[in-house]
Amino acid sequence: MYGWIWRHLPGNVWVKAVVSLLLVLAIVFVLFQWVFPWAEPLLPFNDVTVNGGGSAG
Amino acid sequence: MATTEHENDSRVAPATHRRRRGRGRIATTISVIGELLITAGLVLGLFVVYSLWWTNVIADRQAQKEGDQVRRHWAQQQAGGGPPGPLDTADGIGFLHVPAMGRNFEVLVKKGTSVDVLNEGVAGYYTDPVKSAMPWAKTGNVTLAAHRDGHGAKFHNIDKIKDGDAIVFETRDTWYVYKVYDILSQTSKYNVHVIDQIPKESGKTGPGRYITLTTCTPVFTSEYRYIVWGELVRTQKVDSKRTPPAELG
Repeated sequence: MYGWIWRHLPGNVWVKAVVSLLLVLAIVFVLFQWVFPWAEPLLPFNDVTVNGGGSAG
Repeated sequence: MATTEHENDSRVAPATHRRRRGRGRIATTISVIGELLITAGLVLGLFVVYSLWWTNVIADRQAQKEGDQVRRHWAQQQAGGGPPGPLDTADGIGFLHVPAMGRNFEVLVKKGTSVDVLNEGVAGYYTDPVKSAMPWAKTGNVTLAAHRDGHGAKFHNIDKIKDGDAIVFETRDTWYVYKVYDILSQTSKYNVHVIDQIPKESGKTGPGRYITLTTCTPVFTSEYRYIVWGELVRTQKVDSKRTPPAELG
């Protein structure tokens, strides 16, 4: 998979390295900005309130 | 060895080729699965970084901004002179100081305990399932919640609070000094009686001026709730220099 991506990136080794780095940063950004904030409330790590049910807070 | 292999190769070339291609496909599939698993591991690792570090960065920044805004607001109202107007509670009702949780521990208190409010790195007062009292009410229980980890982790050190420690609630005009009298280090999240206006579970039977802090425990999970109860000892008027009460010295 990663080998396939590497082979399909344009340019020489240096260009490929820079493009890969940018891709990784873009993926991390997407994860931190949208995916993790969406996933966090669904996971049972951060409920701090007492309530009759549900998981608000 | 090498020559034999070579000879074999040339003689049974088509068969080997087919077998090798078949093995190649299996190897490719396995390596893709392996790479996906490695990726999943990295993503989970990043999620830990996100929840224990990045959410704190974001929340602390936001809480700082909102706290500054509240203080600026107070200063303006004071500078305006005349009788103090009605307290503006939209931005936050005040600050909570707990010396036991750190020398300069201070957290803004806002309305509500929804995820959106608490994720700003503030403490929220309950509106549901039992409505919190305000510190200035004649009697009642001021019930607060904040994150133990991530999103500012304001109540991370709640286990450092001991019986007899001071909890100080600062509003625009008054310091409310409470003293911790009971701690419940583990209870179910369904135990909503801990935030009753008369918290019977802490041994109180009559109305008084109480404060209750709630957060999750043990650290990094939401298995149980940690409860700290305090009772009002005295109040102190805020002077022009906002001199903190002796308990915060």
